[in-house]
Amino acid sequence: MAEFIAYLIAGIATGAIYALAAIGFTLVWQTSQTINFAQGEFVMLPAVLVLLAIKLFGAPIWLGALIGIAAFILIFGVGFKVAVVDPMIRHGVLPLAIATMALSIIMKEGAKDGFSAEAQNFPSFVPTQTISVFGASISLQHLAIIVVAFAVIGLLQWFVGGTRLGRQMQATAQNPTVARILGIPVERMVLLTFVINAALAVVASVLISPIYLAKFSNGEVIGLFAFIAAIVGGFNQVRGALVGGLVVGIVDSMAAAYISTSYRLAVPLVLLVVIILLKPEGLMGRKEERRV
Amino acid sequence: MKSKWIIAAALSAGLATPALAQDKVKLVNVVELSGAGATAGTNWKNGIDLAVADINAKGGILGRKIEIVHYDTQTNPGNTRAAVQRAIDEGTYAVLGPVFSGPIGASMQIAQRAEIAQFVGGEAAGLTKQGNQYLFRTSLSQAAAMPKIANYLKNTVKAGSVAVVWVNNDFGKGGRDAIMPELEKAGIKVAADVATEQGQADFAADAIKIKNSNADAIFVYLNEEESARFLRAAKQQGISKPMVGETTLLGAKVIELAGEAANGVKGHVGLSIDAPIPAFQEFGKKYQAKYNYASDHNGLKGYMAVYMIKWATEKQKKFDSKGVADTLRGATIKPSDEPGILMETTIESNGDLDRESFLAEVINGKQVINATLPKIKP
Repeated sequence: MAEFIAYLIAGIATGAIYALAAIGFTLVWQTSQTINFAQGEFVMLPAVLVLLAIKLFGAPIWLGALIGIAAFILIFGVGFKVAVVDPMIRHGVLPLAIATMALSIIMKEGAKDGFSAEAQNFPSFVPTQTISVFGASISLQHLAIIVVAFAVIGLLQWFVGGTRLGRQMQATAQNPTVARILGIPVERMVLLTFVINAALAVVASVLISPIYLAKFSNGEVIGLFAFIAAIVGGFNQVRGALVGGLVVGIVDSMAAAYISTSYRLAVPLVLLVVIILLKPEGLMGRKEERRV
Repeated sequence: MKSKWIIAAALSAGLATPALAQDKVKLVNVVELSGAGATAGTNWKNGIDLAVADINAKGGILGRKIEIVHYDTQTNPGNTRAAVQRAIDEGTYAVLGPVFSGPIGASMQIAQRAEIAQFVGGEAAGLTKQGNQYLFRTSLSQAAAMPKIANYLKNTVKAGSVAVVWVNNDFGKGGRDAIMPELEKAGIKVAADVATEQGQADFAADAIKIKNSNADAIFVYLNEEESARFLRAAKQQGISKPMVGETTLLGAKVIELAGEAANGVKGHVGLSIDAPIPAFQEFGKKYQAKYNYASDHNGLKGYMAVYMIKWATEKQKKFDSKGVADTLRGATIKPSDEPGILMETTIESNGDLDRESFLAEVINGKQVINATLPKIKP
């Protein structure tokens, strides 16, 4: 039992990170009907920027974190919307999707050439200790990931459903034309969505980098698993991204423990195929119908 | 009249160019500068650059300066093959790299067909069992290292059972296949046999599995970054059993990345700047001064590889690519003959090396050498 709990907590912690990244997929999908193929790199880059700020300015970790995070939200929240989405979306969603692929390569290679090709230590804000839960050793780092990720997702849910600004954002996501008629500042709402996406990526990056280490290629794995999580949960639902992330994280952990570590990468892919066959809209997603 | 002078000057410049080219000897380094092998490859490249700078500063090889070119394989076997072919097409005198065993296995036949010596950093036992007369290691093979580790686990750690965690690539699989029979011979039970993936980020589940195996010790055979991630995950899970490994587990980069989690790690080390050999320590200081961080064993391997080429060329007193391989096979290079080789090294006829090695431990974030082990055939 203790063993099972340890695997479960490790899976939930990993899944919470996938969920944060998967929500980014969902938000961009809702506002621009496209897939941000640079989402994994969005989680990779903030850690690199924090380390870069520390290195360049000799700043203490807290200041480095603030500089790095502010730079990321400005460049890849506001900048992503202004420089990539706005010019491309008028040509359709496919060019935009391709543009995000290019952005992913630029972010990855830029981090490699501008910072380092090697993995770097990323400071942890939580001590590397364990506590005993029902006989299982649970690391404080995993618990911190779970607590912070759930708190952030809870906050987002409250913001989207419980505030005027959030409801305007939701209305914009559902139907921008009607939202505009109702006097909602659609452009500002879309911008807010991209800023929130960047902020979520920053949270995921700071939480995961002490374990994964900061490295230019981290986005490949995170992006892939978050993408699977978003599909498994339901691409058009924030709740779906949360559920999908947790399911993928737990399945990955249990597969490594009870099936085989050799095939652990294949297990989430098999899960993806099964979900697509049985419930194409995802576990929590809603069917989108089109009149022909 | 003026135009005649211009033509004459241009012609003389054109004729002078081949003469300048002949003053140099070209070496191409094909290595992992990005991807999973970036840490190892970067150290290897830096070691090569240091050797080239030293040799060129002293007049080069037989009066010719070395021109070094580096190609990034991105730790991709396909890219490695293409890069080795490109190096040969561009007239490299010898091929340096790669470091990872998988890409070596995928590319070594190309240099072999061209009859050009290839100096590699890989340790997988199988590499030198294929009869390739042009492949030369720069480190001990797993076949030489694993018996020493099994003895260490039995006699020093006193382990009755061991959990083995390894990376599922040519390097890791070779190590796993080499340690298993040695553990059996030593009467040590294998309590867990855990395969992990190259580039794996999250080791929590693996660490829990190993903890629950209740083994007396853990044998870790992963690449550098994965070693660091595993050690961190093991610490998070509160694993307190001895962690024993081979050179990669005790490398400077692993110690830097794993932080406190690396303390107490023990193992066998083929090359180390902390070894009680003045030439190694001197190299370590030079490397630190130039690159601002400590070299791991791959820096030493890259450095010595260039000096192996220099020694063989000076021994044959001419630049003959094929002759480099012929000269090296079966040779023993002593630091008294070639100081750049740093320690006495015997090159077996199959390209394996025989030389002293070390037992080490990580104490307070530093690798400390506890003992020097003799050559297999002293």
